[in-house]
Amino acid sequence: MSLRFHPLAQLTLLKLRGLLREPEAIFWVFAFPLLMALALGVAFRVRGTERLPVGIQDGAGAAALELALAGRDDLEPRRLAADAAREALRRGNVALVVVPAEPVVYWFDPTRSDSRQARLLVHDVLQRAAGRTDVGGATERHMTERGSRYIDFLVPGLLGMNLMGTGFWGIGFFIVVARSRSLLKRFVATPMRRSDFLLSQITGRLVFLVLEVGVLVVFARLAFDVPLRGSLVSLSAVCVVGALTFGGLGLLVAARPRTIEGVAGMMNLAMMPMWICSGVFFSTARFPAAAQPLIQALPLTAVNDALRAVMLDGAGLAAIAGELGIASAWCVASFAAAVALFRWS
Amino acid sequence: MSDVAIRCRALVKRYPGREASWLRFGRRAAAPVTAVDGLDLDVAFGECFGLLGPNGAGKTTTVEVLEGLLAPDAGEVTILGQSWGGDERRLRERLGVQLQETQFPEKLTVLETITLFRSFYRRGQEPREVLAQVQLEEKAESWVRKLSGGQRQRLSLACALVADPAILFLDEPTTGLDPQSRLQTWGIIGEFRRRGGTVLLTTHYMEEAERLCDRVAIVDHGKVIAQGTPVELIASLGAEHVVEFESDHPVDLERLRGLDGVRAVGSENGAVRLTVGAVHRSLPALLAELVRQRATLSRLATHHATLEDVFVSLTGRHLREE
Repeated sequence: MSLRFHPLAQLTLLKLRGLLREPEAIFWVFAFPLLMALALGVAFRVRGTERLPVGIQDGAGAAALELALAGRDDLEPRRLAADAAREALRRGNVALVVVPAEPVVYWFDPTRSDSRQARLLVHDVLQRAAGRTDVGGATERHMTERGSRYIDFLVPGLLGMNLMGTGFWGIGFFIVVARSRSLLKRFVATPMRRSDFLLSQITGRLVFLVLEVGVLVVFARLAFDVPLRGSLVSLSAVCVVGALTFGGLGLLVAARPRTIEGVAGMMNLAMMPMWICSGVFFSTARFPAAAQPLIQALPLTAVNDALRAVMLDGAGLAAIAGELGIASAWCVASFAAAVALFRWS
Repeated sequence: MSDVAIRCRALVKRYPGREASWLRFGRRAAAPVTAVDGLDLDVAFGECFGLLGPNGAGKTTTVEVLEGLLAPDAGEVTILGQSWGGDERRLRERLGVQLQETQFPEKLTVLETITLFRSFYRRGQEPREVLAQVQLEEKAESWVRKLSGGQRQRLSLACALVADPAILFLDEPTTGLDPQSRLQTWGIIGEFRRRGGTVLLTTHYMEEAERLCDRVAIVDHGKVIAQGTPVELIASLGAEHVVEFESDHPVDLERLRGLDGVRAVGSENGAVRLTVGAVHRSLPALLAELVRQRATLSRLATHHATLEDVFVSLTGRHLREE
């Protein structure tokens, strides 16, 4: 049998053409995760050594204070009238107001960490200027390593979220549309092997996976210098297992519904807890200990943890065997349930 | 193998009822329905056989049971000497199926769609040849989305013909089509038959059944109520013409039965139908009788008897109730 008339090849093409010829689908699969990474990466970027704004209230001695603080590269002093200083502090435009007096008054909000930090810095500067000498010496070592910023945490999470979204939508939606239009029934009226159809959902998914993962990883590297410390083999393994797992879950939610509305509701129901709990945007450690066994058992938690381990810590396959095991268990169970429940008409 | 391509005996298919439940939003309770109620059919090789009946008569259910898409509750089905439940894929290799409601993927081209269906069969025709048979060569590279209703219907035929099947199952192949598309579809079916193919089709268009089918089974409430060639069925009325009229006040139907050449009298919604052997003898007699009954005609029409008249005489209803 030539490849031209090979049913699995043709069914895979059906799936790929449907997606490639749908501009909206391209946007959601490829552009949306990039835009999300870009927006969050810019919003939470590390601003270098940030200068804390410090207000100096007008009055006798204000000029001397300003001179003393101006020499620092981590403070940004500015002179303010009394009521303007109060307003600036209230709005958070300055972290601290220094009132020239004898002794000086530090006016700040002790619940704000930048205020407390500014107070310590200013106090240090002023004490040294007044002649204090440090009694013990210390040297500094600076941590500048990539992999510890928010964007580094975020990119593997977005990758996991994208694997989940494309698995659910790409497979679930396609199947329910085909069922609602009696296309599945028409297929079943031919000698097509049912397993070929189900397999084509997976092959179609895997072809896209390469593009989908590649685009995001390369973009994150170029735009934010997000590292990929582990091997490409490990990354591929996690992505393939993740894609199969979410593909299986997509197949399961699409096993019976006859309408788009029906399957969309079920998909959101399945995905929503994982968007929130599985450590896409923030660490799963923020949830209470009692919820942890449940959260760690979610497939997206396992995939995200494995992706972070590979990308940020350079973990090999042995180190992420546990996560891959959890995801694979979901994969096998959902496929088996989907095949048992599947409705062709 | 016998000369019977399709055979079924005492076919029964029921749909279970459904209870109303607050758990199932928007679903109404439904009574159980017996869609097919003891139906027998024999279709010979090379024959074009039509299931004619109104909507809801059980035609689609019957065809889907014959196609092996639905399991019957009782009865036997034999297709090409084989029953469903054996080597189904081998049987399907030789069947071309068109369903009433299939919508093909919008963003595939016509040729891609036919090639996809070709790939499901071990043997079959070249997609481009089938394209020519259904007169869609110019649309080969067009997306399905761009096709008209008639073109979509021909694409659907192409996907059935690409298997080079022995039997073609067509469920309402021309419903909703304009007259020109309908003629084109009839031409394609005729061409398939000239190559020796067997066709089973359902329709509620009597002219389609008369034009295409060697034999017709009239189906109502899941049963075959009459079967034969279109000519035989019309002849069973015992007369070749139908006279229909409406009048300003009701007439005595009993007196009409005795008129010259009248074989049967019926009425429906105020319209009276006479089945007559010869219009030129019965019509003057009818007019004279109406004068006697002091009735004034508001409408009068005559036509050659059709399968529609056969259905009306058997059930008292029309095929299409609009």
